[in-house]
Amino acid sequence: MDLILKALSFVLGSALDVAPIVFFLFLFQLFVMRERIANVKQVLVGFVFVTVGLGLFLVGLEQTLFPLGRLMAQQLTNPDFLYEISGHIGDTLVWQDFYWVYLFAAAVGFSTTLAEPALMAVAIKANSVSGGAIGVWGLRVAVAIGVGVGVSLGCYRIITGMPLQHFIAAGYLVVIVQTMLAPKMIVPLAYDSGGVTTSTVTVPLITALGLGLAEAVPGRSPLLDGFGLVAFASLFPIISVLAYGQLAALRQQRAKSSTEQAELAEETDHAL
Amino acid sequence: MKNSLIALSRDALNSLRDLAPIVVVIAAFQILVIRQPVSGFLSLVFGALLVVAGLAFFIFGLRIALFPIGENLAHSLARKGSAFWLFTFSFVLGFGTTIAEPALLAVAEEAAEVAVGAGAIADNQAAIDNYALGLRLVVALSVGVALMLGVFRILTNWSLPVMIIGGYVLVVIVTAVAPPEIVGIAYDSGGVTTSTVTVPLVTALGVGLASSLKGRNPMTDGFGLIAFASLTPILFVLLYGIVTQWI
Repeated sequence: MDLILKALSFVLGSALDVAPIVFFLFLFQLFVMRERIANVKQVLVGFVFVTVGLGLFLVGLEQTLFPLGRLMAQQLTNPDFLYEISGHIGDTLVWQDFYWVYLFAAAVGFSTTLAEPALMAVAIKANSVSGGAIGVWGLRVAVAIGVGVGVSLGCYRIITGMPLQHFIAAGYLVVIVQTMLAPKMIVPLAYDSGGVTTSTVTVPLITALGLGLAEAVPGRSPLLDGFGLVAFASLFPIISVLAYGQLAALRQQRAKSSTEQAELAEETDHAL
Repeated sequence: MKNSLIALSRDALNSLRDLAPIVVVIAAFQILVIRQPVSGFLSLVFGALLVVAGLAFFIFGLRIALFPIGENLAHSLARKGSAFWLFTFSFVLGFGTTIAEPALLAVAEEAAEVAVGAGAIADNQAAIDNYALGLRLVVALSVGVALMLGVFRILTNWSLPVMIIGGYVLVVIVTAVAPPEIVGIAYDSGGVTTSTVTVPLVTALGVGLASSLKGRNPMTDGFGLIAFASLTPILFVLLYGIVTQWI
C-alpha cells in the first residue's frame, strides 16, 4: 500500500517534468509551425508511456538500487572496514588500501551506464542513422567502459587529493589527439556520449560514493573534494567511444588488406 | 495493437538484460566483500520488477512519441526556413527543460552551502536562496545557448572538434582565475544538465535537422548538440563564480 502511494507520487512527479515539455512542443507546433501534429493519438499514448515508465523506473530505483548502493558505498569507505582489510587507520592509510573502492566504482559505473535510458535513446538513434554500422550494444558497452574507468580514476583523485583540473586537462589532450586520428563519423557521437551517460541512474550512486570517500579520507572535505566524479564520468566515455571507432576502422582496414592479399595471391596463381 | 504488444514485450525482455549487470555487481559485493545480510529481500525483488517495467515503458514511449515528434518538428522547422524560429525553439527547449531539472536543484543547493563555507556569500537564508537561484538561471541559460550554438553549427557546417576543443581550452583558462571552491561544482554541472527526456528530443532534433538540410550527413552533422550542452554550463558556472566573488 505504501509502495503504491509512493509509485503514484513518482509518476506524478515525472508527469510534472514531462508536461511542460509536451505543452511547449504542442504550442510550438500549433501556433508557430501552424501544422497539425501527425498521429496525435499515438504521440499522446507514447507520452503517457514515457511518463509512467520514468515514474516506475525511479520508484523502483529508490526502492532497491539507491539505498543498497549508498549503504555499500558507506560500508566500503568505513574506517573499520578499511582497517580490517589493510591494517591501516587514519593518517597511515595509503591510496592502495582502497582497492575495493576502485573495483566497486568501476563495477557500478559500468553496470549502471548499461541501464541508463538516455544512453539507450542515443544508441538506438545512432544505430539507425549509421545504417547499422554502429551497434546499439557495442556503443553502450564502449560508453560503460569509459564511465567505469572514469569513476574509478575519480576515486583515486579524491583519495590522493590531486587537483581535478589537471586530470581533466590531460584527458582532453588525449581527446584532441584521438579526434585527429579517429574516423570522422564517430567524433560527434563520441562527444555526445560524454553528456548522456550521467543522468538518472549513475549520478545518485557515484555522488554517494564520492561524498562517502571524501568523509573517510583524512584531510578531505566532502564539500570541496566530493565533487568531480560526474566530470570524470563524462570525460572518459568520449575517449572510449573514440577508441571504439578507431578499433572498428582498424579492423575494417585489416579485413580489406587481407582480402587484397588474397586477390593478389589469386592473380599470381592465374599468372602462373 | 498486436504489433505494439510484441514490441512492448521485446522492450521488457531487453530491460531485464540491461539490468542484469547491476544485480550481479551488487550481489557479488554483498556476498564476497561486505558479507552482511540484506534486509527486505522481497521488497528488493518487487522494486527491481518496477525498474524493469518502467524502463520498458519508457523505451516504448520513446519510439512512438519522443523521437517522431522531435524529428517532425526539426523537419518542419527546416522547411519553414526561418533561422529565427529555429534558434528560438532551441533556446526555449534548452532553457525550459533545464530550469526545472531536479538534479540541478540539488546541485545548486549544495553549491550555495559551499559558497557560504568559503565566505563568498553571507550566511543567511536570503543570500543562499539568491545564490542557488542565480546558479540555476545561469546553468539553464547556458544550456539554451548551447543548443543555439549546436544548431548554428549544423546550419553553418563549422567544425565540431574545433568548437568543442576551443571551448575546453577556454574552460582551462577560466579555471585558472576562478575561485577554487566553484571548480568541482562547475565541472559536475556539465554532466547533470541533460535529463532523460531532453536527450532523446535533442538528438532527434539534431538528426532531423541534418537529414533535411542539403549536403549534411545526419551521422557526422546531426550529433554534437549534447556535447555543447555539457560544455557551456562549465564555462558559465565558472564565470558565475568569478562574478559573484567581485560583488
